[in-house]
Amino acid sequence: MFDFYFNLPFWLRSVLQGLAVIFVIFPLAGACSLAERKVSAWIQGRPGPNRAIPFWFAWVPVLGPLLQRLGVFHLMADGAKFLFKEEPVPGHVNKFYFILAPVIAMIPAFSTVTVVPFGAYFDPSHRLIPLALANVDIGILAIFAVSSLGVYSLILAGWASNSKYPFLGGVRASAQLISYELAMTLSVIPVFLWINAPDAPATLSLATVVEFQSKPGFWGGTWFIFAMPLSAIIFMISLFAETNRQPFDMPESEADLVGGFHTEYGAFKWSLFFVAEYSHMIVGSAVFTLLFLGGWNPLPWLSLAKFAELVHLVDQPLILGLVSIGIFLGKVVVLLFFFMWVRWTVPRFRYDQVMKLGWQKLLPLAIFNLIAYAIGIAVIQK
Amino acid sequence: MAVIPLERKPLTLSERAYLPQIASGLKTTLKHLFAPNVTLEYPEQRPAIPTGYRGVPTLVKDPHGREKCVSCQLCEFVCPPKAIRITPGEIPPDSATAHVEKGPQAFDIDMLRCIYCGLCQEVCPEEAIFLQQQYSMVGYTREEMVNHKDRLYELGGTLPDQHFKWDKKKAAAEHGNAH
Repeated sequence: MFDFYFNLPFWLRSVLQGLAVIFVIFPLAGACSLAERKVSAWIQGRPGPNRAIPFWFAWVPVLGPLLQRLGVFHLMADGAKFLFKEEPVPGHVNKFYFILAPVIAMIPAFSTVTVVPFGAYFDPSHRLIPLALANVDIGILAIFAVSSLGVYSLILAGWASNSKYPFLGGVRASAQLISYELAMTLSVIPVFLWINAPDAPATLSLATVVEFQSKPGFWGGTWFIFAMPLSAIIFMISLFAETNRQPFDMPESEADLVGGFHTEYGAFKWSLFFVAEYSHMIVGSAVFTLLFLGGWNPLPWLSLAKFAELVHLVDQPLILGLVSIGIFLGKVVVLLFFFMWVRWTVPRFRYDQVMKLGWQKLLPLAIFNLIAYAIGIAVIQK
Repeated sequence: MAVIPLERKPLTLSERAYLPQIASGLKTTLKHLFAPNVTLEYPEQRPAIPTGYRGVPTLVKDPHGREKCVSCQLCEFVCPPKAIRITPGEIPPDSATAHVEKGPQAFDIDMLRCIYCGLCQEVCPEEAIFLQQQYSMVGYTREEMVNHKDRLYELGGTLPDQHFKWDKKKAAAEHGNAH
């Protein structure tokens, strides 16, 4: 089976891998919306969506009612509703850009996934091979470059809608995303200063970051969240702002802007924005996991290599690959839960507070952090 | 009015840093995450109806099975939204309760108009109409939402009072003191 797969032409393999990843991300983004509803409900002391069930599935004992209680079928009901309901396009919008905006929203959401390594296995010579669609050397740079394109869809949506609330939402989106991108980028530089030793070939690859977190010894096995907590905190906060999550829900802010940039949208176009937002969250969580939470290493100071030896999986690339993907996805899911958990804990900031926090607090903090670590790393690596 | 000067304490460092405050907030929400739900899942679980609840107005019978309404139409007149419509009728002379003389031929309460104010119950001299514990009225048509006499008695049931006002009145009349 392996031979057959690896004998396929390269382009076909790439297409298959790409489709496989998209077929995981898309439902995962949908499942996030359900998880969001469930977690919201549980935190608010409600049972949450628990009614929808296909009548024939209700005959399955135990499993049927269990899935019904978990609201799994609401996911499909929601999706079907978004697909089949009427899609009114308001008369006052610029139709071409109005329809283009949600399409553009999907592009960065799905293309950033390509450079995210999500697992690893050992080849016959016991060398660690990261699993990624494209394990490129510019890793984090590609993610920053492409994901910041996401703001264009919001601006376009806000502008094409041709009414006040979406316009304000679009303006806020652009201001907020630009403000926090600075702090975000500065906060990860210490990580890459650390992994790029002098005289070694330089890299921005995310897989290398994980490799540096799975070295033997105390300092080698330390996840970067312990070594660089300030970077991790700044990156996390900026991530909340970049993905437009509460408490930085400025572009949407349903309380003061009705629905922000997507006020005029409905049905499937609206759900595309929704999926794009959750895809951003997933990719953001994945990047945080890679940078600060040790990627596919099961525990701090327990690297995948040691783990594979413990459970005798070094020579089983397929199983080890799946296990490492499972570990990685587990961390991502925990982070996604954290996103939802924070949403019901922290009230939304005012717009001026968002700007103040971004420019006056996070940016100087990130610069200070960068200088401190630059000096520290220079002293250590000399 | 006395003015109480309050000293505004400056925020401590941990309060200004905001993150410890968020952490304590997260602890609170996590506690709620695992706390039992407070929702009553309605069609399966029903709320306990307190006594004195003003639900759907119904007609009641006395322990002998006599309909208590004598179609005096006071409720019809007092009803603010004019939801009650009574067609008065006579009780046939050969009936066992002929001495009551009158009873409703038809008694309709339009539940689309009723505002559950309870004035009908309050005004009724015969204690014949009661707002009981029924709270769920459903129907597909407007006609279905009108409670007719048979439905009203079905909902109302029997009031276990022991007045037997009309029987006493009849007995008194037979003994010669009508009032």
